[in-house]
Amino acid sequence: MKKEIIISGFGGQGVLSMGKILAYSGLMEDKEVTWMPAYGPEQRGGTANVTVIVSDERISSPVLSKYDIAIVLNQPSLDKFESRVKPGGILIYEGNGIINPPTRTDIDIYRIDAMDKAAELKNTKVFNMIVLGGMLKVSPVVSENGVEKALFKTLPERHHKLIPLNMEAIKIGGDIMQKQ
Amino acid sequence: MKGNEAIAHAAIRCGCDAYFGYPITPQSEVIETLAELKPWETTGMVVLQAESEVASINMVYGAAGAGKKVFTSSSSPGVALMQEGISYMAGAELPGVFINVQRGGPGLGTIQPSQSDYFQSTRGGGNGDYYVIVLAPSSVQEMADFMDLAFTLAFKYRMPAMILSDGVIGQMMEKVVLPPVKPRRTEEEIKKECPWATFGRTPDRKPNIITSLELQPEVMEIRNQKLLKKYELVKENEVRYETSQCEDADYLFVAFGSAARISEKAMELAREDGLKVGLFRPITLWPFPDKQLEALAKGKKGVLSVEINAGQMVEDVRLATHGTVPVEHFGRLGGIVPDPEEIVNSLKENIKSGRFNG
Repeated sequence: MKKEIIISGFGGQGVLSMGKILAYSGLMEDKEVTWMPAYGPEQRGGTANVTVIVSDERISSPVLSKYDIAIVLNQPSLDKFESRVKPGGILIYEGNGIINPPTRTDIDIYRIDAMDKAAELKNTKVFNMIVLGGMLKVSPVVSENGVEKALFKTLPERHHKLIPLNMEAIKIGGDIMQKQ
Repeated sequence: MKGNEAIAHAAIRCGCDAYFGYPITPQSEVIETLAELKPWETTGMVVLQAESEVASINMVYGAAGAGKKVFTSSSSPGVALMQEGISYMAGAELPGVFINVQRGGPGLGTIQPSQSDYFQSTRGGGNGDYYVIVLAPSSVQEMADFMDLAFTLAFKYRMPAMILSDGVIGQMMEKVVLPPVKPRRTEEEIKKECPWATFGRTPDRKPNIITSLELQPEVMEIRNQKLLKKYELVKENEVRYETSQCEDADYLFVAFGSAARISEKAMELAREDGLKVGLFRPITLWPFPDKQLEALAKGKKGVLSVEINAGQMVEDVRLATHGTVPVEHFGRLGGIVPDPEEIVNSLKENIKSGRFNG
């Protein structure tokens, strides 16, 4: 098993940390992982993206031209990465603010309204965990147990009390995925 | 963890005595991680943020003169500022380790990854006839592993050693097994290992003088020749490289560091398209594995030097193969990292145009 994943959105949406939790989840399950961020001015308000590869075998390039899964959280990211999903791959997009939805027919496309759901839950900070939950529902790259372990590993101890809330967000994400 | 973080962890574990540095993207996590780990409370290692790169390198010069295991890290424009100090250390025959997490240039350039300091690193970098040992890690694991190796080589040959990384390897997170913990050497051990060091004069010996200055040309020439002899020894003993699927290959990619990782994927893609490609990865950029590359490239239809620069290592590839095989270069500039497909396309283009044999 090898999954090559791109996550892209606005800086501040939690793109890099979502990727980090995914990569650490893979690590917790003894898989090979790479996490390669765009570390430039993107982090400071523009679009940010991160490439995460989770694999049972040695990983060659951390930089890719095509992806198995693209998670896009804004229109510029959708425009950039829709064409770079491998045929038969998965595209997940956040519905909020999308004017031109994806059009490809040779890939599986899912819409997730995670922003609305997070607002409904009155906790916008779990937005990225909702999206991650959505992805894990349609492609269980790592287990929920792995994610929970990764949260314990990556969050400072004073935030560990928030882990159940994050795990709940993962579950909700799975429930609100809409196949196009 | 990130490549830059691995450097910090590995440095403490290999018994490093001091770090002097100045932050710069994309390597600031080195000093940040050191500050977080607080080694001064555990091993006694000194961590100091200097006022500039020039100050850092001169602090390294001073500490190395006392026989200490000391290192600094920076990114391209910062390393350019350090060249005077590195040249002085080469002249004074001092061991020390430098890490360059490269970004694009010239000048301040960009903060994005690049490999455009190949020339500077492999040709000494500063003034005078000298070289530094250059190690090029291509994974976070190698960032950790090369720290101890760089110190070992630097002390073995009494010369500066450089880890030439880039923004990709520095910023990327991967699984890493940290090296075993070595205690810092005691003062007694340093005196024994480094009899040349300046640790205070004792009545039983003559004073040690650390300098790169020699005003008598006849004596200076002898010093130069001594350095050259040492460099020959390094060339003989310390060449490191790695190959992958070269035996049955018609074409070779030659690439180092992050470009080697991307080329490995490109090799997989090319092989899916029926093109037999192998990968040659120099690990020491100086000394360059020229004899090994020459032997391996014999009879191949073409060699593509893949670099994140305008074509620097390609000159060493051409020198190594001296016209026996067609050699071309592929690279992206300005902080853009090539993707695997572009590399395969470049190979196909070279075959189609007849630059490589069909």
